[in-house]
Amino acid sequence: MLRSLTLIFAVLATALTAQESVIVGLSQSHVAITANFSGSEILVFGAVKRDAPVPEDASPLDVIIVIEGPLEQVTVRRKEKVFGIWINTESVDIDNAPSFFAVATTGPLADILSQETQQQHAIGVHHAVRLPDHDLDPEMESFSEAISRVRLASGLYSEREGIITLRSETLFDTRIQLPANLVEGDYTAKIFLIRDQQIVGETNLDILVRKEGLERWIYNLAHEHALIYGLLSLLVALVAGYGASEIFRRLRS
Amino acid sequence: MQIYLPIAEVSVNVFLLVGLGGLVGILSGMFGVGGGFLMTPLLFMIGIPPAVAVATEANQIVASSFSGVLAHFRRKTVDFKMGGVLLIGGLVGAAIGVQVFKYLKSIGQVELLVTLTYVIFLGIIGSLMFIESLNAIRKSKKPNSVYKKKKHNWIHGLPFKTRFRTSNLYISVIPPILVGLLVGVLAAIMGVGGGFIMVPAMIYLLGMPTKVVVGTSLFQIIFVTAFTTIMHATQNFTVDAILALLLLLGGVIGAQIGARIGVKLKAEQLRILLAIMVLAMCGKLALDLLLMPSELYSIRAGGH
Repeated sequence: MLRSLTLIFAVLATALTAQESVIVGLSQSHVAITANFSGSEILVFGAVKRDAPVPEDASPLDVIIVIEGPLEQVTVRRKEKVFGIWINTESVDIDNAPSFFAVATTGPLADILSQETQQQHAIGVHHAVRLPDHDLDPEMESFSEAISRVRLASGLYSEREGIITLRSETLFDTRIQLPANLVEGDYTAKIFLIRDQQIVGETNLDILVRKEGLERWIYNLAHEHALIYGLLSLLVALVAGYGASEIFRRLRS
Repeated sequence: MQIYLPIAEVSVNVFLLVGLGGLVGILSGMFGVGGGFLMTPLLFMIGIPPAVAVATEANQIVASSFSGVLAHFRRKTVDFKMGGVLLIGGLVGAAIGVQVFKYLKSIGQVELLVTLTYVIFLGIIGSLMFIESLNAIRKSKKPNSVYKKKKHNWIHGLPFKTRFRTSNLYISVIPPILVGLLVGVLAAIMGVGGGFIMVPAMIYLLGMPTKVVVGTSLFQIIFVTAFTTIMHATQNFTVDAILALLLLLGGVIGAQIGARIGVKLKAEQLRILLAIMVLAMCGKLALDLLLMPSELYSIRAGGH
């Protein structure tokens, strides 16, 4: 596994207030999924850069870090009891559900940021799944909530409030776990600076999650040369079957 | 020790997979069933996506069946002629089954129909085998019981009669082709080799001796599952080579052990054990349908 500490620094030049900006580094900007991949951990660390000292009467600064996987289409099905058995009755296709979603904050999300702003910037597990604006009937919402609920339970989504330590309103860091059932794609780390329920600074960094080595080779072969891959799979099966049979026959005699 | 599966895109324990493969392999070697009806639901349970589980399982069955059938080749307990006739029906059936599967998918509810097919067929076959083998065990214990000779029924009135020497049968080719066809259709819909339907059908419908049934069933399962593997690999890209390799590593060894256990057991005992296992899986699937699930919603990535 790639464990080299690649440091990526991004400076946000155009902060909203032009007073505070955020400089962030990641322990790795590239996650390699190899055969023995069993999850990973990303260390997100950074500092707040200021032109002038913080005014005496300013409210405290908060930091929110969101790591989001690629958006994918998912089908959500709901079971109902029909004639005594539980069957899927309704299904809804939801277009923009992130495959992975992790939120870390310096404090309770509800206190830091208003619901509206949370929704607008897709901060918080309950806003991970983007619904089209015109489609706000409660049915649709119950389906999108199901995605958050099921994925929270499986560890693909997480929300850890108060996990980030912010020192002297300047330095912060946190570790975010990537689970073993990670899907490859382009991930984004978003770091928000919050003051007075307003986003005063924001920066985005890319994290590339890729299959590598044997994983990459098998995946490509299966998709690009499907027939050869299928025949190879059969050949392996036959050789293994013959091998086991021969070994056992020799063992007996 | 964890391993990340490239197609299934999940990380699982290596020893769990090899162990599962071995367990199902033993059953495969003992009873001449591919074991798909046990393995596929087990793979769902450990978190393998259903589409990958079904396709990869087909590939694994090729290995364990091939390993198992070699032991039967040497004992000359494979009826190639019967296997060939069954296979003709089986491949046609599998092709029809794929179309039926596509149609069911287009009207939705394919999962329910697959589960119901499982429950119904496992239930009927399991019960029939259980009762029959129980009676057989009882009879064999009575000293003065008269063993019934070959039954003559409507099957013997059909045309195109052929001699199947290994099976010691002289019957029409129509019933084996129909049995192969039916099993092929069901195998494609249920995503299994179909041995658990084939074995009882050969014993009770065709009247083949139990000794020959296992080898012959394995022989034709190899071809049906090889066909299924290629279909899944080229159309759905859902065959996971690493998953298959780990499962078949355990599977081929298990099949060898199973084939040897199978020789030591009496035919009635073999059948009653298979019946109990079929009924157990049937009961498990039936409970899933009847009990309220803890999570009513399920998610599948990739949409349709």
